[in-house]
Amino acid sequence: MNLQLRPAIVSFIAISVLTGVAYPLLVTGLGKAIFPRQAGGSLIRKGGQVIGSEWIAQSFTSPRDFWSRPSATVDANNKPLPYNGANSGGSNLAPSNPDLAKAVTERIAALQAADPETRDPVPVDLVTASGSGLDPHISPASAAYQVRRVAKARGLDEAKVRDLVSAHIEPPQFGVLGEARVNVLKLNLALDGLGSK
Amino acid sequence: MSHAWSQNLLYLALLLSLAFPLGTYMAKVLEGGRTFLHPVLGSLEQGLYRLMGIREDEDMGWKAYAWSITLIKLLGLAAVFLLMKTQAALPLNPEHQANVATGLSINTAVSFITNTNWQAYSGETTLSYLTQMLGLTVQNFLSAATGIAVLVALIRGITRRNATGLGNAWVDLVRSTLYILLPMSFVFALFLVSQGVIQNLSAYIHTAGGQVLAMGPAASQVAIKMLGTNGGGFFGANAAHPFENSSPLSNFVQILSILLIPAALCVTFGHMVKDRRQGWALLAAMTLIFVGALTVCTHAEVKGNPALSPLGVTQVASRVAGQEQPGGNMEGKELRFGPGGSALWATATTAASNGSVNAMHDSFTPLGGLVPMWLMQLGEVVFGGVGSGLYGMLMFALVGVFIGGLMVGRTPEYLGKKVEAFEMKMASIAILLPCAAVLIGAAISVLVANAAASVSNPGPHGFSQILYAWSSASNNNGSAFGGLSVNTPFYNYGLALAMLLGRFGVIWPVLALSGSLVKKKHTPEGLGTLPTHTPLFVGVLVGVVLLVGALTFIPALALGPIAEHLALR
Repeated sequence: MNLQLRPAIVSFIAISVLTGVAYPLLVTGLGKAIFPRQAGGSLIRKGGQVIGSEWIAQSFTSPRDFWSRPSATVDANNKPLPYNGANSGGSNLAPSNPDLAKAVTERIAALQAADPETRDPVPVDLVTASGSGLDPHISPASAAYQVRRVAKARGLDEAKVRDLVSAHIEPPQFGVLGEARVNVLKLNLALDGLGSK
Repeated sequence: MSHAWSQNLLYLALLLSLAFPLGTYMAKVLEGGRTFLHPVLGSLEQGLYRLMGIREDEDMGWKAYAWSITLIKLLGLAAVFLLMKTQAALPLNPEHQANVATGLSINTAVSFITNTNWQAYSGETTLSYLTQMLGLTVQNFLSAATGIAVLVALIRGITRRNATGLGNAWVDLVRSTLYILLPMSFVFALFLVSQGVIQNLSAYIHTAGGQVLAMGPAASQVAIKMLGTNGGGFFGANAAHPFENSSPLSNFVQILSILLIPAALCVTFGHMVKDRRQGWALLAAMTLIFVGALTVCTHAEVKGNPALSPLGVTQVASRVAGQEQPGGNMEGKELRFGPGGSALWATATTAASNGSVNAMHDSFTPLGGLVPMWLMQLGEVVFGGVGSGLYGMLMFALVGVFIGGLMVGRTPEYLGKKVEAFEMKMASIAILLPCAAVLIGAAISVLVANAAASVSNPGPHGFSQILYAWSSASNNNGSAFGGLSVNTPFYNYGLALAMLLGRFGVIWPVLALSGSLVKKKHTPEGLGTLPTHTPLFVGVLVGVVLLVGALTFIPALALGPIAEHLALR
C-alpha cells in the first residue's frame, strides 16, 4: 500500500504555514492597521498611564464608587484574587451548592452595610459572580440600586448621579441582542469628573 | 418578557437563510468547480498538489482514505505535543510560559487533533503565543477540514455506483481549507477585532492600579475555533472573556458561526446527491430537535435559581427604563449576554461539537445543564460538528430506513443503495462506541476514589460533573462542568482515550461503510422504497435519534441533573 507519507508531510507543513503563521500574522497586521485601539485591548489611559481596559472589570470597594459584579478569579496558587485579568474564570458553583447561597447572602449583607437604609431586593447580577470574573458591566437596575450610596458618599445630588447613570446605559444592540448594561469603569471615571461638593 | 425569545427567533431565521447560499457554494468547492476565489487561490492549490506529488483526480479506496486522514492527525499530534514540551525555548513567548507537563500535553494534543478542544489548562497561564498559533490554530483548521473530507467521502460512497474510489483525501483537505475555512475565518477574525476582540503579540499589560491584562493573538484563533466547531478558548474563560467575546453583536455572530457550516452542509449534501429535498429533510430533523432543546434551556435559565429567591434578590427580568435587568440565573454568566444569550450559546455549542462556552455550564440550573449534556450524548448530530455532525446523522438515517424496512418487510435502501448487514454493523458501531465510552468512563470515575475526589460540588451535581466530562470527551465536544479538577493523570489519559475513540472510532466505520456502499449498484426506487425526503421520514429520524439517546442515557441523567432538579427549591 502506498504510505502517503510525502503528501501527508507536505500538506501538513503547507497548511501549518498558511493557517498557523501567515493567517494569524496577517490578521494581526491588518487588525493593528484598521482597528488599532480594539486590537490592543481597548485600553483607557489617564495622564499617559494605562489605567485599565474598557472591557475588563476592576475592583471597586469604596462606597464612593459603583461596584462591579463579583469576581471568582484566583491567583497562580489558586487563592482568591478577584478581577485577575491574567487568569479568567467563574466560580463553577452549582445552583444547589450551599456555598453559592452563602456567598450571595454575604454580598447582600455587604451592600446593605454600605447603605443601611436600603431594603430593596438586590438585582441578581450584582451579587452573582460573572463567568469570566472580568465582566465590565452591571445592569441598569444594579446601578440604580447603588445611586443613593454613591451620591451620599460623594456628597452629590442623587438626581445628578442618576442622570449620569442614565447617560451611561447602553441598550440591547439593535433592540434584541444581549442586555441593557452600564460599563462600571467608564461610569466611575465620569463620576470622578463631576467632582464633589 | 426577556429579550431571549426574540433573539432566539432571529437566530433561527438567519441561520437557516444563510445555510442555503453557503451550502451551494461549498458543494461547488467540494465537487471541484471554479469559484470567485479561484483566480486568487487556484495557482496556490495547484502548486500544493505538485509539491505533494499527487494528481487531483487520483482516487483512493476507503482504507487509503482513512489512513491518510489518520496519518495527518498523527503528525498534528506530534507537532502540538512537541510545541508544548519545548515552548519555553521557542519564540513568541513574552510571558515566559514554562514547558507543559507530559500528561497535560498529551491530553491537549489529542484534544485538538480530534476536534474536541477539551481544555485541562487555562490558555493565558499556560501557553505561549507560538503554541496557540502554530499548534492549536492549525489543528482547528485541520480537524474541521478532516470532518468535511470524511463527509464528502461518505457522500461519494452513496452517489457513485459500482466503483471503489471515494475521492482523494488530500484534495478534499486542501480544498476545504483554502476555499472554505481560511477565507471565512479571515473575514470573521477582522470583524471580531472591530468588536473589541484582541489581536496582538504584546506582553501582558500592567496597569497603573496593579491589574494585569492578558494579551495575545486571540481573534484569529477565535474565528476558526467557532467556524470549525472546535471550541478551544484562547483564554481560560473561553467566550465569557470580554477580550474573546466583547459585545452582544460579537456574541450573536459567534453563535451563528457555530452552526453555520454544519447547517449549510445539509444543503451541500442535497446538491451532491442531486436531490435537494434529501438535504432539507435532514436539516428539518436537526432543526426540530434543536428548537425543543433551546426552548427548555432558555426557559430554565431565564427563570433563575429557586435557591436564591428567599435571600432577598430579584431574578425577574425588567425592561423598565433605567431599571433594566436580565434577571434569571446569573451565576457564571456575563451581563452583556444575559441568561438568554448564554442559553442560546450553550444549546448551539453542544448541538454541534463546538464546546466553547460563554457562561459556566457548571452553574446552570439543573435542567438548563441537562440540555447541553443530553445534546452531546445524542452524538452531536443536531447540526453537529463540521462534517462529523452530518455523517453522524446519516448513520441515524441508515438506522431509520432499516427500522422502516423491518416494518414493511423489504430490504431497506437509502438513496438507491441497499442497506445490508455490513452497513448496519458499521452504523451501529459508529453510534454506540461513543455512548459506551461515556457510560463506562463515568462508571469507572465514580468507583475510583481519586477520580471521584475531583468533584467540586456536593450531591447529585457532583455526579453530573463526571457524566458531563465523559459525554464531552467521548463526543468530541470539549465543554465542561468546569469545577471538576481534570488536570490529573486519571482524567488526562482517560479522557484522551475517550476522545480518540470518539473520533477515530466513528471515522473508520463511516469510511468502511462508504467503501462498501460505493461498490453497490443503483437500485431503482420501487413500491417498497421508503421515501427519505418526506415529513414522515423526518419524524422517523427524529424518533430514532431521541429513542437511542433516551434509552441509553436517561438512567444516568436521573442520577444527576434530574435528581438535582427535584431536590432544588
